[in-house]
Amino acid sequence: MGEPGTKEILSLEELEASAGVRTGRKHILSILVENKPGVLTRIAGLFARRGFNIDTLAVGPTDDPTLSRITLTLDGAMHPIDQVTKQLHKLVNVIKIRDLEPTETVARELALFKISADGSSRAEVMQMVDIFRGRIIDVAKRSVIVEVTGSWEKIEAFERMVRPFGLIEMARTGEIAISRGRGET
Amino acid sequence: MMRAVDAIMECLKAEGVDVVFGYPGGANLPTYDAFVDAGIHHILVRHEAGGGHAAEGYAKATGRVGVVFATSGPGATNIVTPLTDAMMDSVPLVAFTGQVRTELLGTDGFQEADTFGITMPIVKHSFVIQHPAEIPRVVHEAFHIARTGRPGPVLVDIPQDLSRAEIDYQPVEDVHLPGYQPTVDGNSKQIRLAAKALANARRPVVYAGGGVVSAEASEELTELVLTGNLPTTTTLMGLGTLSAEHKQWLGMLGMHGTRTANYAMDEADLIVAVGARFDDRITGKLSEFAPRAKFIHIDIDPAEISKNVPAHIPIVGDAKRILARLVQEYRALDPDAARLAGWWERIDHWRAQYPLRYDDTADTEIKPQYLVQALYEATNRGDCILSSDVGQHQMWAAQFFGFSKPRRWINSGGLGTMGFGLPAAIGAAVGCPDVPSVLLTGDGSFQMNIQELGTARQFDVPVKCVIMDNGYLGMVRQWQELFWDRRYSNVDMGSYPDWVKLAEAYGATGVLLTDKTTLVDDLRTALATPGPVVIDVKVTREENTYPMIAPGAAAREMVG
Repeated sequence: MGEPGTKEILSLEELEASAGVRTGRKHILSILVENKPGVLTRIAGLFARRGFNIDTLAVGPTDDPTLSRITLTLDGAMHPIDQVTKQLHKLVNVIKIRDLEPTETVARELALFKISADGSSRAEVMQMVDIFRGRIIDVAKRSVIVEVTGSWEKIEAFERMVRPFGLIEMARTGEIAISRGRGET
Repeated sequence: MMRAVDAIMECLKAEGVDVVFGYPGGANLPTYDAFVDAGIHHILVRHEAGGGHAAEGYAKATGRVGVVFATSGPGATNIVTPLTDAMMDSVPLVAFTGQVRTELLGTDGFQEADTFGITMPIVKHSFVIQHPAEIPRVVHEAFHIARTGRPGPVLVDIPQDLSRAEIDYQPVEDVHLPGYQPTVDGNSKQIRLAAKALANARRPVVYAGGGVVSAEASEELTELVLTGNLPTTTTLMGLGTLSAEHKQWLGMLGMHGTRTANYAMDEADLIVAVGARFDDRITGKLSEFAPRAKFIHIDIDPAEISKNVPAHIPIVGDAKRILARLVQEYRALDPDAARLAGWWERIDHWRAQYPLRYDDTADTEIKPQYLVQALYEATNRGDCILSSDVGQHQMWAAQFFGFSKPRRWINSGGLGTMGFGLPAAIGAAVGCPDVPSVLLTGDGSFQMNIQELGTARQFDVPVKCVIMDNGYLGMVRQWQELFWDRRYSNVDMGSYPDWVKLAEAYGATGVLLTDKTTLVDDLRTALATPGPVVIDVKVTREENTYPMIAPGAAAREMVG
């Protein structure tokens, strides 16, 4: 279409809109916020009223005590991510948002599983824990508690494997993530 | 050392505030004590909602930040509607609410409400004071956030005990908010691209909204429109940004806009949206909105870009700066003016074929549309600030009252708040005492904040209230007639109260007008009467607002 300032003809047909795209994949947003009361409420409230669905959410301190990091994951098939990030940016307490590139990111989640394990199944459960490099952190007569760390997918896979033994309870933290390399997330 | 509440007064003065609207109560008693000596004009409203809307009217008329004070609990919940209204229409507002003592927080104490939680989705930002020492900085941050970027309401909630504390007050010179840095300068490359697209467009339309008013960019908009001879429409909120006297003006667009404006949008090849947000009342059926058009979208709020309609050339920033540069770039391209000849021919054809019209009466009965035209004449062709409420009268005012300047038309657009008008007209009159403040309201809307007549009388605010009195909730009645088989449900208001008597009870002047033949002169006389005046004008009871795009329909399916 030629340079913007020139008199070269610009055909309006060539103009393309690029917003509102649904990517169809999972997105991990790393949000740096001021460590002030009510910030999490503002973010949760924004998601509720704009109809955005949060899949997981993790909040914690950063190396700077005045800041907290919120890591949340959401489905890019359901929401135009640019609209989500633009709305988040409008919150005065939000300092920085990164939509982390999956290949440039290390993401981990911690999960605790309480699994029935009596007699015959105990050995099999322990074997599964071993394969997933989990740890048994509590043992009772008829159950064990297992700690597993890994990507969201790995946690899902472990859940599928142990469910047949009798999954009594499960607790997950939601993913936290940080970008690869020297640069700041 | 200084009382924190006295520091609040110092901060208000430093922000240039000379008048505020409010209502005292238990939790803000310390603040009200500070008003005694502060030298700030405080207007005591009769209901906190009136205070919030008055602050809005003040802000909309002057461009300055409106300020409202309310106490905790019910005082705070009473300003929920004005805050939401200000959020929807991007009105710069700072609201100070009292809160119970910190030791009572969370105990369901007397007049305790979770003001922060309740107002969170309806403010641009909010602060809950945690320590008295932070009060001065917070007040300045609140004003900064309210007035910059996309303006909006900011709430400051102050627990009673903290407001009583003594603090070491130092004037705050700078405000630094790391998470709040609005973009003001538009991207140069995008502006050049926009100029080029405009120079190549054969069926362009400029679509301007309330953002042009907020940005004080009416002059720059007008220059662009006249330079390019560009057909231009505005939203309800943008009325007056291009004077209705210009031939490039196509009228308002949207649900009750002109056919010409809506048809032009429908056939446009390029639409330049400036400070407008593609609301559903504008687009109608979104999938059939302006199907042939590419969009240049200029807005200070990046989240508005491509929210409803994808933009081809987005430009984020201050409309005043961007339009000024866009005109320059456009001129430099020296576009061929003749390329628009065919487009103007088509537009003029629509104008001739579909002017705004209504069937006038042959006797003395007053048609509501005629009332608007008569009011325009009686105010020396619209030389006033016209405030309105919400409903049919608002749409007829938008259609038939020619606005020649911005900030001369004050109404509740986004939220559509009945009861907005009277307090807003009071706020406008207080902010602009040299311009007549006229309210055009309906008999339904007027009763929603009628108590503010007391405020107007007590503080000598000479607001002239014209009631388009049809005894109906007219717009709802119209929808029941058109879309619900004329099954009228709870829309007949009867003829209560006796408006003349009510006005007199408040110490205002009351006038009843029923004769079309003398209406203009009668209005002139009533408008010239000193002090607040209530002018009850009986109009045709069942009249519909046309033309109309039915809800969910496309622009080219306009009826009436």
